[in-house]
Amino acid sequence: MQRLLCGLAGCALTLLFGAAAADAQETVKIGLIMPYSGQFADTATQMDNGIKLYMKQHGDSAGRSKIELIRKDTGGIAPDVAKRLSQEVIVRDHADLLGGFVLTPNALAAADVSAEAKKFMVVMNAATSIITTKSPYIARTSVTTPQLNHTLGVWAAKNGIKKIYTMVSDYGPGIDAETWFQKGFKDGGGEIVGSVRFPVANPDFSAFVQRAKDSNPDAIYIWVPGGAQPAAIGKALAERGIDASKTKILGQDALSAETALKSMGDAALGIITVAYYDYNLDTPMNKAFVKAYNDEFHRNPDFFAVGGYDGMQLIYAALQKTGGKTDGDTLIAAAKGMAWDSPRGPMSIDPETRDVVQTVHIFKVEKVGGELRNVEIDKVPNVKDPGHMAH
Amino acid sequence: MTIQRSSWGSSVTSATIASPRDYLQTQMRWRWSEIAFWFATLLPFIVTPDYLLLASQVAIAALFVLSLDLILGFAGIVSLGHAAYFGVGAYTAGLISKWGWGEPLTGLLIAALAAGVFGYLTSFIVARFRHLPLIMITLGIGLLLQEAANSASWLTGGFDGLQGIRTWPIAGRFRFDLYGYTAYGYALAALFVIFLGARRLIHSPFGLALRGIRDNSQRMRAIGASTYSHIRTIYTIAAMIAGIAGAILAQSTETVSLEALGFQRSADVLVMLILGGTGRLYGGLLGAIVYMVARDQFSGLNPQYWYFWIGLLLIAVVVVLPNGLLGGLTLLTRRSKAAS
Repeated sequence: MQRLLCGLAGCALTLLFGAAAADAQETVKIGLIMPYSGQFADTATQMDNGIKLYMKQHGDSAGRSKIELIRKDTGGIAPDVAKRLSQEVIVRDHADLLGGFVLTPNALAAADVSAEAKKFMVVMNAATSIITTKSPYIARTSVTTPQLNHTLGVWAAKNGIKKIYTMVSDYGPGIDAETWFQKGFKDGGGEIVGSVRFPVANPDFSAFVQRAKDSNPDAIYIWVPGGAQPAAIGKALAERGIDASKTKILGQDALSAETALKSMGDAALGIITVAYYDYNLDTPMNKAFVKAYNDEFHRNPDFFAVGGYDGMQLIYAALQKTGGKTDGDTLIAAAKGMAWDSPRGPMSIDPETRDVVQTVHIFKVEKVGGELRNVEIDKVPNVKDPGHMAH
Repeated sequence: MTIQRSSWGSSVTSATIASPRDYLQTQMRWRWSEIAFWFATLLPFIVTPDYLLLASQVAIAALFVLSLDLILGFAGIVSLGHAAYFGVGAYTAGLISKWGWGEPLTGLLIAALAAGVFGYLTSFIVARFRHLPLIMITLGIGLLLQEAANSASWLTGGFDGLQGIRTWPIAGRFRFDLYGYTAYGYALAALFVIFLGARRLIHSPFGLALRGIRDNSQRMRAIGASTYSHIRTIYTIAAMIAGIAGAILAQSTETVSLEALGFQRSADVLVMLILGGTGRLYGGLLGAIVYMVARDQFSGLNPQYWYFWIGLLLIAVVVVLPNGLLGGLTLLTRRSKAAS
């Protein structure tokens, strides 16, 4: 009965205001599914900041559409919650598309919803390769784990490193990184002299670092999640007397993130990391981006922030191209092959895999003006996700 | 002891009871409030069809809380690792479906069996301890299992979660839809059937013996009750029910990941039970409803800082109503009866 009444009232309203509404903008609702609370809250904050900054710079209208955000909190790794929230935001709040997704398990669960409801979904961080294969309506604006680590492996082999010892956290992302780094390094002709996996919440790395040192490699490859781990491993490296000028330390972005460098101190000097974004990138566009970000949020952006920023860029551009049409098929067709300049450099959406194609940067930790900074020492343009080619 | 607590919390004076059998039968009688409660569970279908997905997860949480209430509320077994059994059920149901058998009902039975077997095996350790050591042991079991599931990523999918779960429509007709009609109907039906069984169980002589163990296990042993085997039995039953709750979650959301086994889930279920009131069957159900709905509403209003409000709610309830929401409700009805 209640629904019937609502329906009647809706009809009347439509009749009354129909003429006026035809000229007005259509509202496009984006359901943002992110871990706003819990241990991953800061990643969501940065991503949300990136989204806010984009909307501040470009207005809240994309073409004829007015953008409205609906934020939903997963509270951390919780695929069942992420799936329910994605369903609810579509059936209850009538969201037209999904965005956000910091964590892979949550993105994979929501992918089912995107496929079933035929909704465009933009993954702005979660980096496991298979995510985009789970729904034909997904596009990604961050990176994939193979894209970074395979590239770093090939780069290391090309740059005079012959023997490498790898050490990674023993869970999905760590193992993924290990697999693709080793593959890249071996493809380039290098030799893996040993490898170890340690527990995810490992408090002390001394024994592992000593073992790596004993096998006398040219370099040690390290993959640990962000947070307290990079500092702990930096401490162990310094204690065991690893000399960065003789034994190179290689890793992925989180190892030399801004907070990690602060807690590691000079032990971080010389660490080489692979990343798709760092706030130290020396381009005019990035400098403007970092300045605007600092003005707004009083901190430096990171790869979460730029993932959110570019996610909105993709959504705005796709909506402009479709003239405000929001069905999954039209939007994903518009997104395929879309290319633009981002603070990270030129990037595009691969029309085949709907995954991101971009420049991969190699950084080295150096002291600039008394401060530890990631300084770009090399880059590899137009890298596609090698994970997809393997399938 | 002149006043006995029944499942719904109303009091019965022992003066009116002729024999133990009569006592149990008095307790078993259905009360109007109970019947009203179960009719009310059908309301979401009509009143709030947009919230059926939430309702289905509330029903699953309620089933999980019910299983914890059986061991904690009735037998005094404190557990901080109850998610282990939830997770075993969830992974079992998920794996069967992944391996090509997506029929939900048989999946549910097999998951219950697997969780029951794991519960039975661990019950031998659990039955030997009480209080603080028991908390540590159950916590340990939970953590061990989670780490095992993480390292067996070839089986469980590890951190990324189990992929490829496809649940077939129930009875070939009702597929799990985007709105959650099937999910809620399925979860509610399972909750109701299992609740009936649990209600019957705690009002049996066995249930009475459990309460005896909870209140004074040494005395129970002294009068010749085999407390160990009683504890093992109820622990296994509770594990099966937790497994079923996990299986329903896995089947209806078609996802399982390591957090199904996680400490957070064990802690959440304990909070729901304490919030609602332990040892009252309906207390857990009420706790699950209030906790899950409050979480949904608070996090909708403020995605970043909603935990503050949850914390405030919990402290308020524990300070004002030491026996949980249901305990407070009982007190209120008793007072209003006394006043009239």
